[in-house]
Amino acid sequence: MENDLGLWAVPLAVIGGAIRVSTPILFVSLGETLTERSGRINLGLEGTLVLGAMTGYATAVMTGSPWAGVLVAALAGAMFGLVHGLICSMSRVNDIAIGIAMMLLGSGLAFYFGKPFIQPAAPDLPAIPLGGWSSLPQVQAALTVNVLFVIGIAAALALAWALRSTRPGLILRVVGDSTDAARAMGLNPALIRTAATALGGAFAGVGGAYLSLYYPGSWNEGISSGQGLMAVALVIFARWSPVNCLWAALLFGGAGALGPALQSVGVTQGYYLFYAAPYVLTLGVLIATSSPSRALSGAPGELSITK
Amino acid sequence: MPAPYLLPRSTLSRRDLLRGTAALGGAAALSALPRPLRAQGDLTVGFLYVGPRDDFGYNQAHALGAAAVKEIPGVIVVEEENVPETNDVQQSMESMINLDGAALLFPTSFGYFDPHILTTAPKYPDVRFQHCGGLWTEGHPANAGSYFGYIGMGQYLNGVAAGHVTKSKKIGFVAAKPIPQVLLNINSFLLGARAVDPSITCQVIFTGEWSLAVKEAEATHALVDAGCDVITCHVDGPKVVVEVASGRGAYVGGYHADQSSLAPELYLTGAEWNWAKVYTDMVTATLNGEPIPNFVRGGLAEGFVKMSPLGPAVPDAGRAQFEAIKAEIEKGGFSVIKGPLKDNQGNVVATEGQAFLETDPVLEGMSYLVDGVLGATS
Repeated sequence: MENDLGLWAVPLAVIGGAIRVSTPILFVSLGETLTERSGRINLGLEGTLVLGAMTGYATAVMTGSPWAGVLVAALAGAMFGLVHGLICSMSRVNDIAIGIAMMLLGSGLAFYFGKPFIQPAAPDLPAIPLGGWSSLPQVQAALTVNVLFVIGIAAALALAWALRSTRPGLILRVVGDSTDAARAMGLNPALIRTAATALGGAFAGVGGAYLSLYYPGSWNEGISSGQGLMAVALVIFARWSPVNCLWAALLFGGAGALGPALQSVGVTQGYYLFYAAPYVLTLGVLIATSSPSRALSGAPGELSITK
Repeated sequence: MPAPYLLPRSTLSRRDLLRGTAALGGAAALSALPRPLRAQGDLTVGFLYVGPRDDFGYNQAHALGAAAVKEIPGVIVVEEENVPETNDVQQSMESMINLDGAALLFPTSFGYFDPHILTTAPKYPDVRFQHCGGLWTEGHPANAGSYFGYIGMGQYLNGVAAGHVTKSKKIGFVAAKPIPQVLLNINSFLLGARAVDPSITCQVIFTGEWSLAVKEAEATHALVDAGCDVITCHVDGPKVVVEVASGRGAYVGGYHADQSSLAPELYLTGAEWNWAKVYTDMVTATLNGEPIPNFVRGGLAEGFVKMSPLGPAVPDAGRAQFEAIKAEIEKGGFSVIKGPLKDNQGNVVATEGQAFLETDPVLEGMSYLVDGVLGATS
């Protein structure tokens, strides 16, 4: 066969997988980073992701415009984040418990309202073919980059800059690190945390729209299979840094492509082990970077898990 | 999800809560009545699905069967989807029996049988439990039964169509788990293609789960990258595989249900369940007071399985051979696994002259991939 790549197929598939699979993980973890930097945890982003996938797909089916779908998914995600934020602003409410409730509610609502949209086909989000320079169809396919992936990278960089160098970024960090200091500055921590949770929800909603409108590109009830939860966990892995979220998402996407790619070049024994690769990798990095003598570096001081 | 335990579970389950207050009033009145509830001449039939009813796959195939049953006069159909293979299915079955008055149940997922049907059936001797995929044997409740179809022949015909269009002589299979039924489908797909050209090989990728959209998409990409130009699958919802494969320009063989609308140009044919016929027959028998056998199996010849209409991509020579082999299978006595045949580890699985009929129980314990399949079962 003229197009047989041999073992080169594996790194190529890992790169292609990183580009295809990482986007929803990236968006959810960016949203969660925003929320957690304000001092709250929103575990409900898995539900928001599924809801975003459903609303995005439904809107695209009805309007014929995938971008309208992305917008509505972001709005739905923001609404869900807002609800989480408002409930958690009340006293003696545990953000983790509310997050779990919102996760179940989000999936339930999406399944209920998503029923009529399983069968119809929605228009896909556009992709940019960056592999045109190569004559190999494998390379062309791997380097087909979705616009949302590019937006995700830009958002990661912009968020990192905003957190470091802008006044809103500083306000967010102060609220996240010390409620008392924020109050002393005359800020309203509950309001800022609610806004950060809503914005975080919007990110997760867009991630959901990517799932249903681009890859795998259809709405069904098993579309997320836990990616939202994994992305929330990745925020700790990424040490609450948006740029690290990008690396973590790419690593996760690429590692997920390893199992199928190895089977396709003939490494067929033990594929269950290869499918566990992303998780083993996460564990390994966490253990390697952990320290018995100090707390998690980069963790916002007001997070309920670090207090 | 835990349901509130305000009332005994046998009288109020999640199904009832979803019905709303008005229906609850009716349900309460119904549950006060002694069984059997059904009026003379009426039959209520219950269908339980493990996933959504419109998944372009396993559950949709069953739901199409239920839709055909609805057309029979005097029959009321109740359905519930997304019923997990846990105690939930026992509650769903009991509420269909007690509240809806169902006298014939079709719990359609493999995991419903043991222990759920085996526990529930003895409690309701007047109700018939017809389970899809299980192995009913002597000693199991007499009011339970199992039925299934030999869909491997359908994958064989998929392979014949694939053999006529493949240019790379390499075809691909996205598989969920290495269980006998799936292995038989993979082997049949390759052997069908080899009936056209013995140099064809088949690459298989296991995803490890019945429904994992992203992994199925990645597996399909990996198969196309490896040079496969015809893709088929055995997962619960083939929609993702069909869309990704056709998006990459590969031909597609369907599975479970007709997916031709997802890829009209590249869809070759598909191995479909024909539950409409099976369910209509069983319900009609019940209406006429005839017994349903406890163990029912059938294939293309019996109308349990059917093929999607051939797509525009299949050339004339392919159509002719496809129809000829299909006619031969429908006559009965056709063997896909026949000697001399080795597995892909080099062990002999059928000696010269040895042939296994589709009905042979040995095939329901298949544990190998035949020579020419690139992949491993573990």
